[in-house]
Amino acid sequence: MVEIRFHGRGGQGAVTSAELLAQAAIEEGRYAQAFPAFGAERRGAPVLAFTRISDEAIKLRTGVYEPDVVLILDTSLVQSVPVMGGLKEGGLVVLNSKKGPGVWKRELGREDVSVASVDATGIALKELGVPITNVIMLGALLKATPLVVTETLEGFIAQRFPRIAEKEIRAFRKAYEEARVE
Amino acid sequence: MAKRRGIEVSIAIAEAARQADVDVVSAYPITPQTHIVEHLAQLVADGVLDANYITVESEHTAMSACVGASAAGARVFTSTSSQGLALMNEIVYLASSLRTPVVMALANRSLSGPISIWNDHSDVMNERDTGWISIFANNGQEAYDLTLMAFRIGEDRRVMLPVMINFDGFILTHVIEPIYIFDDEEIAGFIPPFEPIYRLDPDNPVTMGPVGVPDVYTEAKKQQEVAIRESRPVIDEVFEEFAQRYGRRYRAVETYRTEDAEVVLLAQGSVIEAAEVAVDHLREQGKKVGAVELRLWRPFPFKDLKEALCGNTIKQVVVLDRCISFGGQAGPVMSEVRSALYHEPKRPMVVGVVAGLGGRDIPLSDYVKMFEIGEECLRTGKEPGEEPELVKIVGLRE
Repeated sequence: MVEIRFHGRGGQGAVTSAELLAQAAIEEGRYAQAFPAFGAERRGAPVLAFTRISDEAIKLRTGVYEPDVVLILDTSLVQSVPVMGGLKEGGLVVLNSKKGPGVWKRELGREDVSVASVDATGIALKELGVPITNVIMLGALLKATPLVVTETLEGFIAQRFPRIAEKEIRAFRKAYEEARVE
Repeated sequence: MAKRRGIEVSIAIAEAARQADVDVVSAYPITPQTHIVEHLAQLVADGVLDANYITVESEHTAMSACVGASAAGARVFTSTSSQGLALMNEIVYLASSLRTPVVMALANRSLSGPISIWNDHSDVMNERDTGWISIFANNGQEAYDLTLMAFRIGEDRRVMLPVMINFDGFILTHVIEPIYIFDDEEIAGFIPPFEPIYRLDPDNPVTMGPVGVPDVYTEAKKQQEVAIRESRPVIDEVFEEFAQRYGRRYRAVETYRTEDAEVVLLAQGSVIEAAEVAVDHLREQGKKVGAVELRLWRPFPFKDLKEALCGNTIKQVVVLDRCISFGGQAGPVMSEVRSALYHEPKRPMVVGVVAGLGGRDIPLSDYVKMFEIGEECLRTGKEPGEEPELVKIVGLRE
């Protein structure tokens, strides 16, 4: 089973990221859960969302304490939220950042983990005109670890954003191409 | 063919209500609510579902509208949670007394205060004695299936009682997971049209809910008690037909790895699957443990429970309550389970624990602790602590 924790701020779409990923995994015949950390919802506040993906039925409905992957939509959270908390030895961190993975490895103080980074905000502003990076960050995630087939995920992106599907998918692909993984 | 979809559990429940072709939905769309009624409102507004969606000014009125519509012969659905259900309480009791088979999807959540919108079972336990049929689902598939079955059970002329389907708020309602959703044609034949015995009809007037003077009230309540007891064979019939048609079998009491178990954990709702994971984990260490799910809460499945727990290898039952009975014995589930077994010549000991209040997560290690409490009881022959009657909360910060 793979457990992924998404860190974002209210309004950035972390929950949507978690849901799209789960829907794609389920479409591919596997088992998945997506759920938000249940709290008061307000724009700008730190938000957590989770996805579990497994080849077997998932009975566990407890919180995710030791994720395999941490995905950070907004690196300003690194200072204020324990984003690395519980991340498994040899796990993966995916960041929205212009800085390369090597720099982040040192800054996060975890040489054991893999890091993927992409300037998702830059891509979002260029392709979408708004700094919403949830779909884009999934491109970087899939480059670092092929949890689902990109075409399956693109199908759900199109379903979720019917009016801007083309733009979202273009931005998603661009992040897949541009993400650096170490 | 049913399609396997990654769908939010709340939306799946709303789809069940649509597929049951409900005539009237009434609910109060403010916290605490879920996407269930939001989705239904959308379906009615879009003309996908031909139903009256009655907007109201409170939960009390929502249930009043449901009872009135059901009395007029409509198929009725509502959904609520926590404080909303508490506000409905007066009319919840009327729904069963008037024999109106309203179906309620109840996203179980805590009661304030302090203000809490998170998951536990305080809301449903507050309604324990209102005379509704009450069934627990432990995952999204079950919540969807049981919502469909609720119409069949409640509206059966041998039953004519309201049904509440319980599923954990947030832990289930806000989760996307794989659920087999029936094709409309596939499920259509399973739920026949609602044909009430009596209905409010200006051309053939009847009186419903008149004054019950002392001369008749007791008999009316006796009839109600007989009615809910006699719903049991119908519940089994519907479970059986569902299994025959669709292959998923539901039982009033479910057991997991109890064949040679000595200590079992008994619970309701989504915690049961996590308890099963804990059982697997402890079994690997050679411990003889199992899990029991009390799916049917009302009518209480006395016979099934005794068959599951008595006259076999089980020596100790740990009952997990998701709600406190203040100043009483742990929670309502524990005290009912223990008293139900009281006259059995060969019965296990029963100890109660409380956990998962107001959204407190129950990690796997806490389920292991619950089994350890059971093992300690078994070893020492008594409940732990100097005052064994005190409520034992697992996961409490001290």
